[in-house]
Amino acid sequence: MKWVISAENIQQDDLKRVGGKGYALALLGKNGFRIPETVCIASAVYKEYVARTGLRERIQLELHRKDFKEMRWEEIWDCATRIRNMFLRKPIPDSIAKHLSPVIQSRFKDKPVAVRSSAPEEDAANASFAGLHESYINVSGLDSIMEHIRKVWASLWSDAALLYRQEIGLSVEKSSMAVVIQAIVSGDRSGVAFTQNPNDPSQGVIESVYGLNQGLVDGTVEPDRWILDRRTQRIISHTPVNRRYWITPMEQGVQLSPLPESKSQIPPLNAQEIQEVYSRARRSEDFFATPQDVEWTYEGEDLVILQSRPITTLSNGKSEDNRGWYLSLHRSFDNLKSLREKIEAELIPAMIAVAEEMAQIDLTALSDQDLAQEIKRRWETNHKWVGVYWDDFIPFAHGVRLFGQVYNDVMQPEDTYEFIDLLAQTKMASLERNRMLEELADRVRHDPQLAAQLENGDHSKLDQGFLKDLETFIQKFGDLSCAVTGGTQCVQDAMPLFTILREMASHPISPPNQRKSKTTDNLKEKFLGHFDGDQQTRAAELLDLARASYQLRDDDNVYLGRIEAQLLSAIQEARQRIHKQSQAGGKDSISADLKKVLDDLDHGPETLNPYQKQTGQNYKIKPRQLVGQPAGPGISRGKARVIQHHSDLAEFKSGEVLICDAVDPNMTFVVPLASGVVERRGGMLIHGAIIAREYGLPCVTGIPDATLLIQTGDEITVDGYLGIVTLGGTGLGDPGADGLKENQVMDFEGT
Amino acid sequence: MDKTQTIHKRISELFDSQNLGVLATHRLGQPYASLVAFYATEDLKDLFFVTPKTTRKFSNLKADSRVAILINSSTNQSVDFHRAVSVTVVGHAAEVVGSERQPIFEQYLKKHPHLEDFVRSPSCALIRVSAKSYFMVQNFQNVMELHLNQ
Repeated sequence: MKWVISAENIQQDDLKRVGGKGYALALLGKNGFRIPETVCIASAVYKEYVARTGLRERIQLELHRKDFKEMRWEEIWDCATRIRNMFLRKPIPDSIAKHLSPVIQSRFKDKPVAVRSSAPEEDAANASFAGLHESYINVSGLDSIMEHIRKVWASLWSDAALLYRQEIGLSVEKSSMAVVIQAIVSGDRSGVAFTQNPNDPSQGVIESVYGLNQGLVDGTVEPDRWILDRRTQRIISHTPVNRRYWITPMEQGVQLSPLPESKSQIPPLNAQEIQEVYSRARRSEDFFATPQDVEWTYEGEDLVILQSRPITTLSNGKSEDNRGWYLSLHRSFDNLKSLREKIEAELIPAMIAVAEEMAQIDLTALSDQDLAQEIKRRWETNHKWVGVYWDDFIPFAHGVRLFGQVYNDVMQPEDTYEFIDLLAQTKMASLERNRMLEELADRVRHDPQLAAQLENGDHSKLDQGFLKDLETFIQKFGDLSCAVTGGTQCVQDAMPLFTILREMASHPISPPNQRKSKTTDNLKEKFLGHFDGDQQTRAAELLDLARASYQLRDDDNVYLGRIEAQLLSAIQEARQRIHKQSQAGGKDSISADLKKVLDDLDHGPETLNPYQKQTGQNYKIKPRQLVGQPAGPGISRGKARVIQHHSDLAEFKSGEVLICDAVDPNMTFVVPLASGVVERRGGMLIHGAIIAREYGLPCVTGIPDATLLIQTGDEITVDGYLGIVTLGGTGLGDPGADGLKENQVMDFEGT
Repeated sequence: MDKTQTIHKRISELFDSQNLGVLATHRLGQPYASLVAFYATEDLKDLFFVTPKTTRKFSNLKADSRVAILINSSTNQSVDFHRAVSVTVVGHAAEVVGSERQPIFEQYLKKHPHLEDFVRSPSCALIRVSAKSYFMVQNFQNVMELHLNQ
């Protein structure tokens, strides 16, 4: 078997062995283009590695955890993250390394290299898939190169690749990944050239930055851009930018730093160089007989081609789905920093102001017509903020992912989600609400008279001090009886809140998980200890950004909830009026304005449970063990409480397992009562998982049809280690035979 | 090689070639069968598998440790009737706890490296089946028994 192949030895039939990128580079090198010193790790080496380490089957298990069609984007990211961690934690076995190390040592002894993906599916005649797989710049030393080879292999299973699995024919059995290792060319100006503009076939495009190309490729450094006429090769336009940063090599990896003043005033390329770059790219196009996307750099006066591949517009092309939007979530650190400023300084204060402005309006004083107008206005306002949520808040959540990847790269932890422990312990709005609720419950706990008054639902006799605090709570967080994000039911009295307070008062409640605080400091220290100087500052900044991202991922829902609550309270007012009008004078006396606006907002009928036994069927389906994602470690058993409607929350009893479609931040007040959390919506960074982790509760997410398959009262066991929910006892007899007690979170460590 | 050694060797070869076996447990007279990924020691005295503690098989074997495991080489073709070898192991099952687990895990994971996350989950139990007897079926109906000294 050929393990490592030098570019100069690559033959016509080597495409599958060295992948599209390696093959194209070798052909260019052989035909007079200047390319860096390059070797390729054959794709078969990947196959050997995954076979010998057992990763091949582990990837299969991970990918077959559930049907891809039922996976949300976040779950796909989780899946890719877990697979990546498998590669990070499995060194290349000696039996394979002995074939690679001597060549790498002899060719690149002390030279820094780029380690690039080269998928065999990509070739000059077919499509290439820019941005799906990873490349790493400025890697030095044998150990580091070997580690980066694994990272490149792992990127065969990146979230982007998983999203486009059908287009690229991704399969565990067939797919493989070759790796290109090339000596770094420390170019002082770099860029990309599209021989054909994806938006206008009569044009070509050149983009260029000072320093290395990486900043341009990942969006950190904005490039100067030239549009050229494809036929005459004349420059049609130049779009200069405010040149502020450049990427330069450092000891290991690259760094972003301010561009020296002398360079910032001058475009990176002059007219002659633009012609040279474009002509060279066109020669590549002629050579491969298809328009090319060429990455290049100037080393002094010499133009070096780093890679050339066919142009694709995979992520923003013709498909009608939202995958392009998902890929746009991958934001750079600087991009996320400015997004944070926008969210913290503009959006959140604006959301709070909008909700407060609406709360000031006395709905009862409005005429029917004005109330209808107000409902419409609130609907539009809510709609606008839901849009902002998708455009700005969700992308900002990528801060957590960015940190997670850096953390896992550096620490290579056994638990892929260890990094979340570093992000927890923040002051989330929903936790603050739970603390206030617990304070109120504590007073009920110690005052039997108060408890009795709450049981009777008697407002008038309540202690004035308690009533005042209760009102403050309701003002700040709502009365808990409204499903403020997405629900349709509101209860008119405060009984649900009273019921929850009494339930909380009758059981000791564990505070949010404090056990990790000490470990958190250690983790932070260990993590930052991997960096020196400026890099350490940057790592600390990234952690700070991720914490803000983690906290906002939660708080934004609460703020959005406040706006939606205002919409719902106006709807509620309209419903009450219609009810009164119909009672007073029959159908004809109902306000047409109010009826119309409510009809326009109708959510439609509920769908039927597809698992229900149909008439005439002589069998029924009963779930026993359901597999989702392990989202909070631990195991517990309890009675299920399925939340179909927000009002179901008031029935929640201590020790029950919360089963819901998606844990809404506005329903987390029952989490301290729960012994476990099961959610239909999947992902490690969704609200339910975050809150369950805060309270140290076992949590399983991503169980399709969870709220249909599980019934309130079912006895269930939540295994948050493996992501399994088991229904029923142990089958044929005593439910406690496995050592699990009911309504209790069990710690199996050390058994 | 004597006949006993030949049978022993054949069983070992079958165990090396197969990853999965069918575990039989029972509870209150009701038999229950489950697939398990197993590993057997060279001397054939012990077989090991891993199961979540929330499963029926786990609670069954906790209630009554008597179990059987069927391991066979059939390939779902008609040639199986003359070619396939089946071995039924009967013995007692018990959970392995404490420091004894680590060396067994290492051997187990050599055979099933992809089960690493599963095996190391705190919610899973490592089970040892101490074999009493083996029943080997070949050539459709030829049955040989191998009884281990207790």
